[in-house]
Amino acid sequence: MLYIKCPYCGMRSQNEFSYGGDASVKRPELNKEISDEEWDNFVYNRKSLRGKHLELWHHLAGCRQWIKVERDTATHEIFNTYKADEVIS
Amino acid sequence: MVQKFRLENGGLINRDKKLSFKFNGKTYYGYEGDTLASALIANGIHLVGRSFKYHRPRGFFGAGVDEPYAIVQLYRNNETEPNIKATEQELFEGLEAKSVNCWPSVNFDIGAINNFLKIFLPAGFYYKTFMWPKSFWYRIYEPFIRKAAGLGVASTKHDKERYEHKYEYCDLLITGSGPSGLASAYAAAKNGARVILAEDKPRFGGSLLTSDVNIGNQSGEDWANSIISELNEMPNVVVKNRSQVFGYYDHNMLVMSEKVSDHLPKTKKHHPKQRLWYIRAKEVLISSGSIERPIVFGNNDTPGVMLSSAAKEYLKVYGVLVGKNPLVFTNNDSGYETAIEFKKNGINPIILDTRVNPQSEIIDEAINQGIKIKFSYVVVAAQGYKKVSSADIAKISDDKKQLGTVENIKCDCICVSGFWTPTIHLASQSGNKTKFKEEIDAFVPGTSKQNERTLGAANGTFTLEETLKSSFTAGQDLSKKITNNDNKISFPNVVEKKSSQHDKFWCVPLPKGKSYKRFLDFQNDVAVSDIEIALKEGYRSIEHVKRYTTLGMATDQGKTSNLNGLQLVSDIENKVVPAVGHTTFRPPYTPISIGAIVGREVGKHSKPIRKSPMHSWHEKNNAVFVDAGVWLRPRYYKQGKENLFEASKREAKNVRMNVGVCDVTTLGKIDIKGPDSAELLNRVYTNAWLKLPVGKARYGVMLREDGIVMDDGTTTRVSENHYHMTTTTAQAANVLSHLEYYLQLVWPELNVNVVSTTEQWAGAAIAGPKSRKLLEKLFPNNDVSNEGLPFMGYLESDLFGVKARIFRISFSGELAYEVNVESNNGNFMWEKIIELGQEFKVQPYGTEALSTLRIEMGHVAGSELDGRTISYDTSLEGLISKKKDFIGKRSLNREAFTSDDRQKIVGVVPLDKKTSIPEGSHLVKDAKAPLPNKKLGHISASCWSVEHDNPFSLAILKDGKNMIGEKLFVMSPLKNKVIPVEIVSSHYVDPKGERVRS
Repeated sequence: MLYIKCPYCGMRSQNEFSYGGDASVKRPELNKEISDEEWDNFVYNRKSLRGKHLELWHHLAGCRQWIKVERDTATHEIFNTYKADEVIS
Repeated sequence: MVQKFRLENGGLINRDKKLSFKFNGKTYYGYEGDTLASALIANGIHLVGRSFKYHRPRGFFGAGVDEPYAIVQLYRNNETEPNIKATEQELFEGLEAKSVNCWPSVNFDIGAINNFLKIFLPAGFYYKTFMWPKSFWYRIYEPFIRKAAGLGVASTKHDKERYEHKYEYCDLLITGSGPSGLASAYAAAKNGARVILAEDKPRFGGSLLTSDVNIGNQSGEDWANSIISELNEMPNVVVKNRSQVFGYYDHNMLVMSEKVSDHLPKTKKHHPKQRLWYIRAKEVLISSGSIERPIVFGNNDTPGVMLSSAAKEYLKVYGVLVGKNPLVFTNNDSGYETAIEFKKNGINPIILDTRVNPQSEIIDEAINQGIKIKFSYVVVAAQGYKKVSSADIAKISDDKKQLGTVENIKCDCICVSGFWTPTIHLASQSGNKTKFKEEIDAFVPGTSKQNERTLGAANGTFTLEETLKSSFTAGQDLSKKITNNDNKISFPNVVEKKSSQHDKFWCVPLPKGKSYKRFLDFQNDVAVSDIEIALKEGYRSIEHVKRYTTLGMATDQGKTSNLNGLQLVSDIENKVVPAVGHTTFRPPYTPISIGAIVGREVGKHSKPIRKSPMHSWHEKNNAVFVDAGVWLRPRYYKQGKENLFEASKREAKNVRMNVGVCDVTTLGKIDIKGPDSAELLNRVYTNAWLKLPVGKARYGVMLREDGIVMDDGTTTRVSENHYHMTTTTAQAANVLSHLEYYLQLVWPELNVNVVSTTEQWAGAAIAGPKSRKLLEKLFPNNDVSNEGLPFMGYLESDLFGVKARIFRISFSGELAYEVNVESNNGNFMWEKIIELGQEFKVQPYGTEALSTLRIEMGHVAGSELDGRTISYDTSLEGLISKKKDFIGKRSLNREAFTSDDRQKIVGVVPLDKKTSIPEGSHLVKDAKAPLPNKKLGHISASCWSVEHDNPFSLAILKDGKNMIGEKLFVMSPLKNKVIPVEIVSSHYVDPKGERVRS
């Protein structure tokens, strides 16, 4: 079971969180004309990366904040966690 | 019965407490502190089971967790449990056990014929022998194998025992209480670290209990006891025996199974049987020791052949002789320790040492004691069927390839020692890449992956002094990092005998003309010849060899067999062992009971139960409840001898004729506040929300980004920047997460806060033509006329002194209202409604009547919004705004979503107006068409229409728009039904929606 550092609550076990997928996906702006391909990429197409992955987790049974977690999908190592609005360098 | 093999004195058992127990129906006696194995051996019992494949007799091989043979079916307090190791099960008064894998009895076993058919049961025999003819598999082969195989029978009864889960955090978790574990725990505890010390056996001390050493002028055992009693006094230390750390998971999470009551005849009141600990440790010290490995020789599975360390443990811990005429077969000094122990107790062992001319203190001692030793000798084969009666031995050449003349000597047991294998399971599970250590012919942990360190014998360190030194240092260093304390501990004086180098010898060649089975894996009956076949047939990867031969795949996971298997493969392949590599170590290290894994989450505790504030009223009024998500809701209120059908019909009819009241507390409620609330709703729902006035409710549908309907519900504008959203019962949690996702990640610029208020409000739906009259009674100071509180209107009021919210919304399609009060006033509200509603013939109605009412109105619910339908399919496309963008809108252009014959909701009525239509049935054009008959749609919900007094269903039907009036067939192969039906509008009652506005 992963041990995730919630930027608001501190170290918490995985069972307090739910997984939210790739954090690098950006929703297209509202009312913007976009191609089918762009929309498909947003809704369906995800890379299934092996290695470092920036992903979303929702601290469901905690502060209810969506956070970003930088994790290695192969080793489960967590490098860093960020608040939703934090700028990641 | 006399315990013929019990010594007069000695051992750590309590001779003052005699215990009786039964094995295969016969009564025996043992002592408190015995294991089932030690008690059986004390009684001269060595035949405990039959082997898995050939049904050869099986006895005891080890004395603990490594035991491959002695697996029994245990009976305790009217319960039975399979897969219990006799070497681990502690004896208690009244214990009963039976042999497994034998029929009809362990002494006469029909399956033993397999032993003579072994030529037909080579490696991969499952894949080969039973392939032809194909039809034989189900009828003959499989039933036969099932009867013949197996390691016991799981009980089919409900397990009445309690199992608990515990979550724990610590600075240092130390697995194993041998010299290494004790030293590191002691050093860390002295520095104030929070320590958990786990020992799988009942007694602490590990190898110190059986080795002849001296620490700080105390025997090993006394030193262990003094450390343990000191640790027990320290508040920062948890010391646990009977506790096996069996799994090392991510981020230093380890799981431990504690056997709290298994050693007692009966679990004490309020105690669990077992407890599963989830331990998050900052640092882990693995001091799991090592397991002696056997030397492979002919018939080495005969009862009476066992590990020399096990024989020593039976002697020193239990005061039991495994034989009175022992042969010790060794390639290292450990065998000598066992022989010396025999000698001390008046038994004359013979040692066969594979080495040519070894020199060491221990060997000298054995010689001085007059023990007979034969160097360069090996056991070629054990003789005897159900118990060793003699051994064929021979001199072996220096290159270990040639055997001399075979001679036969009498013996009643063969204690075998092929050196030691570090127990590296936990380290390997943590992700540590192990490395091969040439000096000990075994794998040891490599570079640490997580915060773990392996110490002592588990790390290939076999001298006590070195083990203690490294463990004191590790405990001290690691705890210092955590607590910043630095208490120096003086290192005790250690006396131990020095050992000489072991012989790199592990398998005795076959003498000419003999084809003895030489077993590698004792539990799965994998012999040297099976590995040879696998390699001949082209299997190269050790993982493939494992699966083809089943080497190391039994419940003991190859604890005694893995390395010898690897040695064999590397010999045949002419590779070095590290090039062959080992198979993956996976948790659990040892079998864990299903009960412990499940814990308390069984039966009614398997999920939380939520009850509305009016629950006790429902109970008192004969409600029959149904699970609705995590909630318990009244399904119907039983009057007299009514069944579900009759009761729900009565309740639904009463709503259509008079007035009914339904507990709708379970609906999801979300409080939305902030200046951008309207904008959020406008983006979340498909319809327009910016112009909803204060004091008005609106129905809305929300989509997922892929265009599929996610949920529906009404949202009310309570004040300028304050909205009250309702969701379906099932989607409440998901909708809240959905809103939080968009507010926090996608549109953080929106100034809105959302919070669940589901449990803060109790809700009652009051529905039916007389509902307004009832409302007038409930709220005499409010104008609730059609003008004062029109359809989709909202009022805040006071219900006899209690704050209330009134919404004019309707799910039943009747004139209806929903009243909300704070939860603690829910029961008060409900009783007032019932009391004042008497003159209007008010009746409570449950979810079944609620469904009937919504189905005949054509209102959609979860069975239509099933994660596969879009707005069009459920006739909600009128709510899609063309003027604004919203979540999922872009997906609605998808080709399939816009096709002309897109599926749509319709009504379905049986032509005979009598036959009920099963939910989930398929709609087809031609009932007699050959299979597969093309499906046009499916029945999503069915009811008995109280308005028309005939069955009515909703269906999602291809090209539903153009199908009204068509005659189709409903088919339910499950219920064996074919029903001719007519497709009608989904709005079966009041299609213009006049009642809700009346």
